[in-house]
Amino acid sequence: MKSHAPNWKVVCLPLCVVGLVVTLVTWASSSPVEKTSPPPTFVETDSLTDTVQQVDRFFEKQWTEKKTPPASTVSELTQLRRLSLALHGTVPSLEEIREFESMQGADRLERWTQKLLADRRFADYFSERFTRAFVGVAQGQFIIFRRDRFKAWLSEQIQENTPYDELVRKLIAGEGLWTGDPQTNFITSAVADGNLDRTKLTGSTVRAFLGQRIDCAQCHDHPFDHWKQSDFEGLTAFYGQVEVQVLGVRSNRKLKYEVEDRMTLEQREVAPRVPFLTECLPAEGTLRERLAEWVTHLDNRRFERASANRVWGLLFGIPYIDPVDDLPAPTDLSQSPPGLLDILGQDFRENGYDIKRLIQIIVASRPFHLSSESESESADQIDTATYNWALFPLVRLRPEQIIGSMLQASSLKTIDQNSNLIMRGRRFFSELNFVKEYGDLGSDELNDFPGTIPQALLRMNGEFAKDNGSASPLNSVGRIASLDVPAEKRIETCYLVCLTRLPTSEERDYFLKQYQSATNQQQRVKITEDLYWALYNSPEFSWNH
Amino acid sequence: MFDSHLISSKISRRDLCKVAVGSTLSFMLPGFDLKAAEKRGKERRKSIIILWMGGGPSQLETWDPHPGTTIGGPGKAIKTVVPGLQISDMYPLLAEQLDSMSVIRSMVSKEGDHERGTKYLKTGYRPEPTTVYPALGAIITHQAPNPQLEIPQHISMGNTQFPARGGYLGGHLDAFRVPDPGRNIGNMRASVGAPRQERRLENLNVVTQAFRRGRSIQTQKTLHQSTIDRALTMMSSEQLNAFEIEKEPEAVRKAYGDSPFGRGCLVARRLVEQGVHSIEVNLNGWDSHANNYTGHQTQAAILDPAFSSLLTDLKSRDLLDSTIVLCIGEFGRTPKINALDGRDHWPTGFSCIVGGGGLKGNLILGETDPTGKEKKPVDPVRIQDLYSTILQKMQIDYTKELISPIGRPLALSDGTPISRLI
Repeated sequence: MKSHAPNWKVVCLPLCVVGLVVTLVTWASSSPVEKTSPPPTFVETDSLTDTVQQVDRFFEKQWTEKKTPPASTVSELTQLRRLSLALHGTVPSLEEIREFESMQGADRLERWTQKLLADRRFADYFSERFTRAFVGVAQGQFIIFRRDRFKAWLSEQIQENTPYDELVRKLIAGEGLWTGDPQTNFITSAVADGNLDRTKLTGSTVRAFLGQRIDCAQCHDHPFDHWKQSDFEGLTAFYGQVEVQVLGVRSNRKLKYEVEDRMTLEQREVAPRVPFLTECLPAEGTLRERLAEWVTHLDNRRFERASANRVWGLLFGIPYIDPVDDLPAPTDLSQSPPGLLDILGQDFRENGYDIKRLIQIIVASRPFHLSSESESESADQIDTATYNWALFPLVRLRPEQIIGSMLQASSLKTIDQNSNLIMRGRRFFSELNFVKEYGDLGSDELNDFPGTIPQALLRMNGEFAKDNGSASPLNSVGRIASLDVPAEKRIETCYLVCLTRLPTSEERDYFLKQYQSATNQQQRVKITEDLYWALYNSPEFSWNH
Repeated sequence: MFDSHLISSKISRRDLCKVAVGSTLSFMLPGFDLKAAEKRGKERRKSIIILWMGGGPSQLETWDPHPGTTIGGPGKAIKTVVPGLQISDMYPLLAEQLDSMSVIRSMVSKEGDHERGTKYLKTGYRPEPTTVYPALGAIITHQAPNPQLEIPQHISMGNTQFPARGGYLGGHLDAFRVPDPGRNIGNMRASVGAPRQERRLENLNVVTQAFRRGRSIQTQKTLHQSTIDRALTMMSSEQLNAFEIEKEPEAVRKAYGDSPFGRGCLVARRLVEQGVHSIEVNLNGWDSHANNYTGHQTQAAILDPAFSSLLTDLKSRDLLDSTIVLCIGEFGRTPKINALDGRDHWPTGFSCIVGGGGLKGNLILGETDPTGKEKKPVDPVRIQDLYSTILQKMQIDYTKELISPIGRPLALSDGTPISRLI
């Protein structure tokens, strides 16, 4: 028997490789080909506008009080770039820029936002962001935790615009197999070393959905907050009956949640208990169903405020309150006026926890339209203005946004689910490799760190940058270099494709001189490549502004 | 040109560091020589080389064999130059070179999962969802920067899923990764010739100036320009030669072994000579749930020549006194051999080798139960205790508290140094 084994390996290995490639290609191409679907929800423009105005009034009052006049409003092209980066994780393509420019009407930015939200790329990009917030970046133990399935499932929910509260309830209370009912990966992501770590579930539930860090209370009463160790234990007890078995995640009513008492070192049973809003805890249902209802209860303002803060963070690159998962307790609204998160949260709740609507409100409000340029020369003033959202913050792009933008800038056409397989496969693998080499920000991605030297080297000298920046008939550098257009037009196109703006007159003149000194096509190609290289490596390219 | 001895007599090294770091123009300082190889005694700063055994090697098939017992399996043991120390017979070369190194056989961790175990073992802190702890190498780089280095001070060689991170100290302290050491130094060479590179940089300057208009303070904060400047300095630095091993005698290259790990160990020695202080060399493939013994034979064939050559080389160049060498993985392996002839994860009672850098050598710390029934080893050593020991030996105050981003004071290491090693 044993001597046959190597033969089997010889046959199986190539088959496995072929199988893997087929699977990956199929997976990479699995998004449905559907160019533009109409916006999935009917938007009541009036109430939406009301909330936008409420948000604007909130900020205008703050700017007056703090004596920080808002920066000027940016051009539509800059807004286009911000929107594409926030919602699709790439810069807009030349094709998209041209399409936008051909649109008529004063509300074309709003309509453009709706179009971006309806695009599959939005669901895919946001599902990765949410996945990080909910289960982190760890791939975990492949057999019982399928991050890929979880992410794909989330993408479906976002595409269908499942109300956010419903989505969260499915995560907390879901049952079934992690492959067939991918929401249950929220539970299995907490399996480590063969055991389900229920305390991890408590920590991530409270952090991701309620914007509170309670993890410290796992071992002791929270040092600066009001959380007690008993709060943590009581919440964890809601996960006390969840079991992860061969047949999936299910509830076993016979299980009791016990912890080791630190004083007596004896096991003691802990009863499920919520730390506040006890009246919102339903009496019926499994323990996790009850917890899910409580977390998403209409009266639980922490839920809506945490959601608004996270979405704000994803659109601006930094959350309204930083860190994203450590919010102060909601204030009594009968005593003090509502803050930004209260305004956004209330609209979110009253309109069926509609994520797309929440996004539309935030991007329509004034802070999203303000310039990152300031006339002030004082660092303090700039800090104050940025802190009060009177100045658009300069935020480093995430690795996926960098690679997404580099790829998009290497093509004149939009790279989306309608692109050919090769392009999309390339995007998929490039993203994977690049993010790996660039250094993943992990679930910590809303924290702002400066770029690193290896990243600068990767952008300047890396294989991918070399491929994309050398003229070929298939990429934008090659296409632009070979176009039979005046040099001026060539420069403009490079700027639009990479930076979504036109060159300044100084920039135009500087590069025009280079083209004028070129005597043949080969030199023009090199000049275009070198212009491209500079645009790729400029701070403007890798920072949202 | 400065005379380095003159400088050290008048201005303290710390002052010099402060000036250089403060100006972020360290690369413009005159090129006085900082090579560790050219310094002696107290003048020479200490380095650490961590040989990371990814996947968790079995203590029983490495440094804690129990030959002839049920738990020992088919393994045999050999004597080493350290009196009383026996290691697996798969390491004949290393057995001759272990003088002045110590073996700890009683490491205890509480993390039996690869990712969590690696994080704990690389940082000295058990992983937590709200804090990303910095790796040992990042702490050393943060506390004792070498501003005269034009190449990174914290380097990780060989492929690894979990490279050493800067954690809450910042991404700039992430280990600089060289996946294929000795062959390819990553992206450190410009992809075009000098004249074109110059034009590219001029272009970049034009585009950058346009962006800075109205954002000069904000763009300064991004450190984008200084990052690019430092990258460019690195690209033209002679110190990059440390990564190139072609000029090493063939016999030396052969001795280390023609494997990414062997080449990595050789580069590590060259980096230490150059003045790099935190180096990690990764060797994956220790996750032996099946065919444990044969798996360890394959790995030993890579580790034995590389590790032993590294020690010989450091000794013959008088670098071992200033270089701590630590060989460790995320956990050990069960005493019980499973149905697939493998061993599973075992975070209590596993082994590591540590020594050099002024640590006491020729010691055997702790022991494990030869029957495998007793989980807890004799004289257990916690991960943080090992790291406190190393930091103290590197003249870094391990009790110093840093404030994490959420405002929590955290000691560099919350262990207690192992007095026997100091």
